[in-house]
Amino acid sequence: MLAYVLRRTWQFVPTLFGVVVLVFIVFNWIGGDPAYLLAGKMPNPESIENIRRQLGVDRSYAVQLWIFVKQVATGDFGVSWATNERVSAIFATRLGPSLIVLVPMLVISTLMAMAAAMLVAYLRGSLTDRAIMIGCTVGQSISILVYILVLQYVLAYRFGWFPVQGWGSGFAENLLRYSALPIVVGVVVSLAPDTRLYRSFFLEEINQDYVRTARAKGMSEARVMWVHVLRNAAIPIVTNVMIQLPGLLAGAFLIERFFSIPGIGREVILAVERSDFPVIKAVTIYVAIATMVLNLLADLLYKAVDPRVQLK
Amino acid sequence: MNSFATTLAELPRPQSPGLWTHAWRRLHRDRVGFASLVVVLLYCVLMVASGAGLIAGDWSRETGVSFAPPSFMGPDAAAPSAEPSPAADPPGSPPEDLGIVDPLADALAEIRKELAGVSVSESKAPTLAFGADKWGRDVLKKAIKGTETSMLVGLVAAALAVFLGTVFGAQAGYYGGRVDDFFNWFYSVFTSIPYLLLVLAIAAVLNQKGTLTVILILGLTGWTGTFRLVRAEYMKHKAREYVLAADAIGASHSQRMFVHIFPNVSHVVLVQLSLHVVLFIKSEVILSFLGFGVGVDTVSWGSMLNEAQTELLLGNWWQLVAATVAMAALVTAFSLFADALRDALDPRLK
Repeated sequence: MLAYVLRRTWQFVPTLFGVVVLVFIVFNWIGGDPAYLLAGKMPNPESIENIRRQLGVDRSYAVQLWIFVKQVATGDFGVSWATNERVSAIFATRLGPSLIVLVPMLVISTLMAMAAAMLVAYLRGSLTDRAIMIGCTVGQSISILVYILVLQYVLAYRFGWFPVQGWGSGFAENLLRYSALPIVVGVVVSLAPDTRLYRSFFLEEINQDYVRTARAKGMSEARVMWVHVLRNAAIPIVTNVMIQLPGLLAGAFLIERFFSIPGIGREVILAVERSDFPVIKAVTIYVAIATMVLNLLADLLYKAVDPRVQLK
Repeated sequence: MNSFATTLAELPRPQSPGLWTHAWRRLHRDRVGFASLVVVLLYCVLMVASGAGLIAGDWSRETGVSFAPPSFMGPDAAAPSAEPSPAADPPGSPPEDLGIVDPLADALAEIRKELAGVSVSESKAPTLAFGADKWGRDVLKKAIKGTETSMLVGLVAAALAVFLGTVFGAQAGYYGGRVDDFFNWFYSVFTSIPYLLLVLAIAAVLNQKGTLTVILILGLTGWTGTFRLVRAEYMKHKAREYVLAADAIGASHSQRMFVHIFPNVSHVVLVQLSLHVVLFIKSEVILSFLGFGVGVDTVSWGSMLNEAQTELLLGNWWQLVAATVAMAALVTAFSLFADALRDALDPRLK
């Protein structure tokens, strides 16, 4: 077990190096000299010159890559080109709001999608199953933008049930008042694809031999579904949610942008709009590391709950 | 050789239908799948006709008054431009006003008045088939033109991504060993960065809008899913007898890879292609909405939704509905078609 963890951790090194090189190629090689981008965006030429010196723009690519590798190793990505805030400080302050929205959203949407998926998997092949599945396909094909626009307009702007957008200072205020509508939107958006995916996980379990054995023993349908099938289907669902998490951290940018939530996703969009490369580079590296770590944790979880799984 | 072939052809022998004939029959029997195929083909005709300039070529002409309502609502539905009063709301919007004061109402009425004052002239139609946008352009024509843009991006980017995924996957699965290690490393690098984050990062660097840019961004980053599946298929196939037989008759590596094995894994590629079209159409809409997508002189569903964002506050819902319905119909049909295609080509999965 320990040997496996160590080996997997050791495998992070080439992958992370690949990510660093990819980010380097995109930003330093394709992106070129930041002076062209920043001209007109920054007031004084000295600060642009300063940035160029820090990046080593006029030196060879090997030196520039080494500067970037040192940044990744020390976790010090310098300051934002747009606000002069330290990049590490930006993440420290933006992570909280992102999580306040994301964690309840993930919990609620996972539970609701699991319930719906269990129902349609139980009724597989019936008219209800087909109708819900087609409904999910239609629901999935409407852009997330439309969900956000319409729900924000109807529920907040027209009916006034929620604040249109904003963010406060207290935890309870943020969670109950400002996060409520973003969470609703997030749940509505993810319900259709999650139900489809989880239905396939449930279907995989429902046809297994142990389910027939449980029925043959005379167990009630409720117990078969809620205890035997649910436990087994929950494994891929939980690991799936874990793997999704880092992507969501940056991927919730649309929700964060529309509702003015000062989270990581909105920071990414702002950085892209302002050509604020240090922030984008840092986000990419951090999220890549988080993805690798959570993938490992998901595999370990798999092993912990299912002894048949062989870790190689 | 030739005479041998003709004698073979003359012999009466039972015709056994091939994979594609079987698949076509299964697809034909699947009513939902077949109907969605028809819808997809209709969209393709629309795209070609629009691209050739047969329809909606004059989408940028300002044919109607600013925010002209759809014809079926009548010209009265247009917000009277001179009165900044609550009655200015078109009847299409919900009548119940819950006593919430619109903080922007006065400002918006001002803007509306100005716009109407500038753009209203005698020649402009008071209503259009499905309404007009701020500049009086026909929303229906914009939706058709947007269909062209979004479908073009989706199809070409999906073709590029699936092509890359297939070539990489074929190399990795067929050769194995070092080549496989290299491509797996490449794959793990690309998958450890969330897809949309990578797309945004590249959009930030390129910093230039345009249809080609969007196609390149989506196509060059979206090959990972296809790679994984195609690699697994090639690993399975490379040790099969027909490949060994091809080796024995002296077929080269690339011949074995693409002439012998590829037709047998092409169903996976085809399904991946249709799934990626859906994914890329959705991504293009988001990119264009955020302003990192197609250029300002091009209309796409994403840029229409961006305009609809402010129009909705004025109660002008038609552009939002037009873009949403056009996109939802295509994406639904394409997704159902992809499902049906998978069932038809690989019936074991059902």
